[in-house]
Amino acid sequence: MSLKEDLETIKQNGLKEIDASTDVKSLNEIRVQLLGKKGPITQALRGISKLPVEERPVVGSFANIIRDELATAITTKQTELENAKLNAKLAEEKLDVTLPGNQVALGHPHVIQQIIDEIEDIFIGMGYQVLNGPEVEEDHYNFEMMNLPKDHPARDMQDTFYITKEILMRTHTSPMQARSLEKHDFSKGPLKMISPGVVFRRDTDDPTHSHQFHQVEGIMIDKHITMADLKGTLETMTHKLFGDKFKVRLRPSYFPFTEPSVEADITCMNCGGKGCDVCKGSGWIEVLGAGMVHPNVLKMAGVDPKEYGGFAFGVGPDRFAMLKYGVNDIRDFYLDDLRFLSQFD
Amino acid sequence: MLLSYDWLKDYLDINLSPEDLGEKIERTSVEVDSVSKRSDGLKKIVVGKIISFEKHPDAGHLNICQIDVGEDEPLQIVCGAPNVEVGKKVIVALSGARVGGNIKIKKAKMRGVQSNGMLCGLDEIGFSKDVVPDEWKDGIYFLPDDAKLGNSVFDYLGMNDPLIDLDVTPNRGDMLSLRGAVYDLAAVFDQKVNFDEKAGKELGQTESKTDIKAHADEDLAPIYKLKVVKDVEVKPSPLWLQIKLWNLGIKPINNVVDITNLVMMKLGQPLHAYDLSKIADGDLRVRRAKPGEKITTLDEEERELSALDVVIADSEKPVGLAGLMGGNDAKVTKDTTDIVIEAGVFAPVATRKMAQKELLHTDASQRFERGIDKGNVENALNYAAGLIQDLANGRASQGVVIGSDEVVKPVTISISAERINHVLGTSLSEKEITDIFHRLGFTVENKDHEMLVTVPTRCWDIKIDADLIEEVARIYGYDNIPVTLPVTVTTEGSFTPKQQLIKNSRKILLGEGLTHAISYSLTTEAKAKMFLLNDSNETNLQWPMTNDHAVLRMNLLSGLLDDIAYNQARGVEDVPFFEQGRVFFREADQVRPTEVEHIAGAISGSLAQSTWNQKATPMDFFGMKGIVTKYLETLSLADEISYEATDSISEMHPGQTALIKLGDEVIGFVGQVHPSTAKAFKIKPTFVFELDLDKLVTAKKSEQQYQQVSPFPKISRDMAMLVNDDITNAQVYAIIKRRGGAFLKKVTLFDVYDGEHVPAGKKSLAYSLTFENPKETLKDEVVNKAVAKITKHLQDELDVEIR
Ligand SMILES: [Zn+2]
Repeated sequence: MSLKEDLETIKQNGLKEIDASTDVKSLNEIRVQLLGKKGPITQALRGISKLPVEERPVVGSFANIIRDELATAITTKQTELENAKLNAKLAEEKLDVTLPGNQVALGHPHVIQQIIDEIEDIFIGMGYQVLNGPEVEEDHYNFEMMNLPKDHPARDMQDTFYITKEILMRTHTSPMQARSLEKHDFSKGPLKMISPGVVFRRDTDDPTHSHQFHQVEGIMIDKHITMADLKGTLETMTHKLFGDKFKVRLRPSYFPFTEPSVEADITCMNCGGKGCDVCKGSGWIEVLGAGMVHPNVLKMAGVDPKEYGGFAFGVGPDRFAMLKYGVNDIRDFYLDDLRFLSQFD
Repeated sequence: MLLSYDWLKDYLDINLSPEDLGEKIERTSVEVDSVSKRSDGLKKIVVGKIISFEKHPDAGHLNICQIDVGEDEPLQIVCGAPNVEVGKKVIVALSGARVGGNIKIKKAKMRGVQSNGMLCGLDEIGFSKDVVPDEWKDGIYFLPDDAKLGNSVFDYLGMNDPLIDLDVTPNRGDMLSLRGAVYDLAAVFDQKVNFDEKAGKELGQTESKTDIKAHADEDLAPIYKLKVVKDVEVKPSPLWLQIKLWNLGIKPINNVVDITNLVMMKLGQPLHAYDLSKIADGDLRVRRAKPGEKITTLDEEERELSALDVVIADSEKPVGLAGLMGGNDAKVTKDTTDIVIEAGVFAPVATRKMAQKELLHTDASQRFERGIDKGNVENALNYAAGLIQDLANGRASQGVVIGSDEVVKPVTISISAERINHVLGTSLSEKEITDIFHRLGFTVENKDHEMLVTVPTRCWDIKIDADLIEEVARIYGYDNIPVTLPVTVTTEGSFTPKQQLIKNSRKILLGEGLTHAISYSLTTEAKAKMFLLNDSNETNLQWPMTNDHAVLRMNLLSGLLDDIAYNQARGVEDVPFFEQGRVFFREADQVRPTEVEHIAGAISGSLAQSTWNQKATPMDFFGMKGIVTKYLETLSLADEISYEATDSISEMHPGQTALIKLGDEVIGFVGQVHPSTAKAFKIKPTFVFELDLDKLVTAKKSEQQYQQVSPFPKISRDMAMLVNDDITNAQVYAIIKRRGGAFLKKVTLFDVYDGEHVPAGKKSLAYSLTFENPKETLKDEVVNKAVAKITKHLQDELDVEIR
């Protein structure tokens, strides 16, 4: 047998062995046995010196080719074996992916706060400032400066918690109108502010009354602000809060601090305007009070009503939340029942 | 205030259904609460005639009546009313009828006798007891003799008249009468009306002033007038008048009283009639009451008066409460023959105060509080006298007697089209505007684009140009005003740093698993005073509604504990809450409390519930401390936060509560609620924190600067040590930090152990120290030196044993 034939046999036997190996360990043994210094190729090559000089390089390179082929075969087999082992391991690791994931604790924002946040963002976007006034107010700002002198009949509309004769729990966030009007420097541009916060009325708590609730008062004063602008502003707010298909309409009303005063209705969210029990068949739901700031309010705050004017409005986030989510009892907002609060995210 | 649709139609051409008219009124004048008819929901109630009746054999108070309802056969109906009378036309609810209170009438046996319907009194067909005339209070009602048998009774009793219930705002007192409503609707519909109801000629020969004298202080009653009517025959009013009144919610009394009420509802002028013979010395005056004086009013209440009250008095005693209600002694009864009618204007504030004090809100007081048309007082007085001549056969004396008589003139206001358009955003022409004013019955004088608008006295609430602008807006129609957005200098809207911090705080705590609660700011005195770090006086309401909401809170936690109790009482065991809001502190000499923003958290149970692969871990001190620490870290506070054990808050666990300090200042606390407090609130173990948010807002913040990540490897060393039990982590930590040198970046406590192999009185603490040099590779010797220094100081200062 020629050396070349020997090498060919070594290769064939080697490949068989490699193919037959079933684990990485035996494969490594085969690698050492075939390709190692004491392996058959090395042994075979010892006979190379007996060959004629011109044949030696040919056989040498043939030996190298066989060595490479065997090495490649081992590597391929090794990869194969490793993959098989990995796949077997992965198969063992198979999970029921429908089991629930781990719990991640996340709190729920209060639904009233969400509405206030939305309103704030809408008006911040329109260039308003947000001002937070005192919750314990002076009669002076809560009533007098809002054109509600002592003995004004409209004071009956707002039953008040008094602390002293002159100090009270604010009944609305409207006092911030007067406070901001007094401070505002009109040479620096219009006054545009909203004032959100908690307010208090001397009411017995029942499904539609709460002695504590929230209000967002807004005011815009400049040299030429119109009732048409009020309509536009309320419409913008409504569209952003409830959606574009909601319409706004105004009706005459009365507030001592605005003249003209209006009540704003929006399309009933329960029936979409067709008429239902919620809207008493009218298709409209009363949502807020507004109007053009009364000249007396401007005058008392040191602003000339001949030169400046504008609108004011008061929104009830509690009422909005009740309407938006169909909540029937205002007390639900203050009981902090987790089963209630966790429905809002 | 109820408005009769049928009555309106006497004056206006109305092409709208009652519902549509209500809608129109709501869009142009005042809110409408409801539109309804007295017959709504009733059916099969007809006219019948009692042919005969006999006593029920087994029940003496029942009568077995034979009733002709226009059918071939009479109906047998058993009736318990005391006033059955043969020949009378009565209200019959047939079998299958629906009567008041949504009750269905069925054929039935009454004590063994067949009854095929029911004979009804007014209250049984839905009339409120407040409007049923006294003579029909008990028993069945008798219809007019000409009522047609078998016909529905509704038209005979005015029950098909649609009634529009107005919710009249304080500025629209003019809408509290038919006259005001008619004028207002006339403007809306652009119709001409004339509502000047004139009195007929006085039939009496004598003059009013021979029988009565009048005095009035103009401050109390700017207008006060009297008129005498003699020889009246007091009896029930004709049915048409009774119907008008009961439909408007007023009980018919007798013809004289009914006429005064009719005139009030029609013209808006409250009137009162006195029995002239009961007026001592024929002298009536409006005056302040004398303290201790007493009067029994028509509602038979005896009232003790004070000097703030205003009365109508004769020479001896009060005979009426001015503007509220007459007195019982001088009232018109069936025996009265001569009367004096009073028409006045009483001061709104005094009337309102008296009505509030006496809890006596009457139709009259409601009108005087809002004001009435001062230009129509005498006309109303004479009109009433004329009606009394017609309906009570009286003879009105000549003239009126005047106690006071303020001169009343229409108001003239200057305005321009430009001004109106400037405010409304409209582009109305002067002509269009003038037209609107004319429709309202105002006169307009044009002078170089100025309009001088004269407003009649019946619109007494219109005083300034803004009022006129409102009139234009509502008559022109709010729907017709364009929709625009304001055009002004651009302004930038942004939250203040404080608002931003508060918003972020809420966000972080939500992220940490706490739900936002909003509880009441008003609480009990005991709860208001809990969880205080500093003494403060409480702030009390003068007149709380309940003791539960009587004092301003000085902490948020007591509210949160109430919330936890509420939830745990309903089976929700795991309750994690936070609240952000104001608390109210007050120094002894302070009237108005200082409002401080606080933020607080309270967790009872676990943040996450047990699941198939996770066990729930109940909240504990360190869990809550971790939440607070993480929250505070997000605020980038420049000064260091530290925790210091405290047993000074009596509602907190003395061994599991820490003051939270920012630098040297206490900003709040964290810990476990004292088991006794938890028990009192009926809550499970609860961990809480409360922080002064205002202090966090004003606290110095560190500039959040980017620090380059060191490219050089860091070196970590662990140090374990035995220390005496009373040595705190904070003490050890402080020494490590202080002595660790410039390259000590991080110190982490990773083990606390005091079990086996640790001598009594000792505990084992283990820290991991991380060293880092951003400039070059850190050498072991440097770190060794630093650790040696730390070790020495720990040994010297705290006597620790390094292991
Ligand atoms: Zn609806």
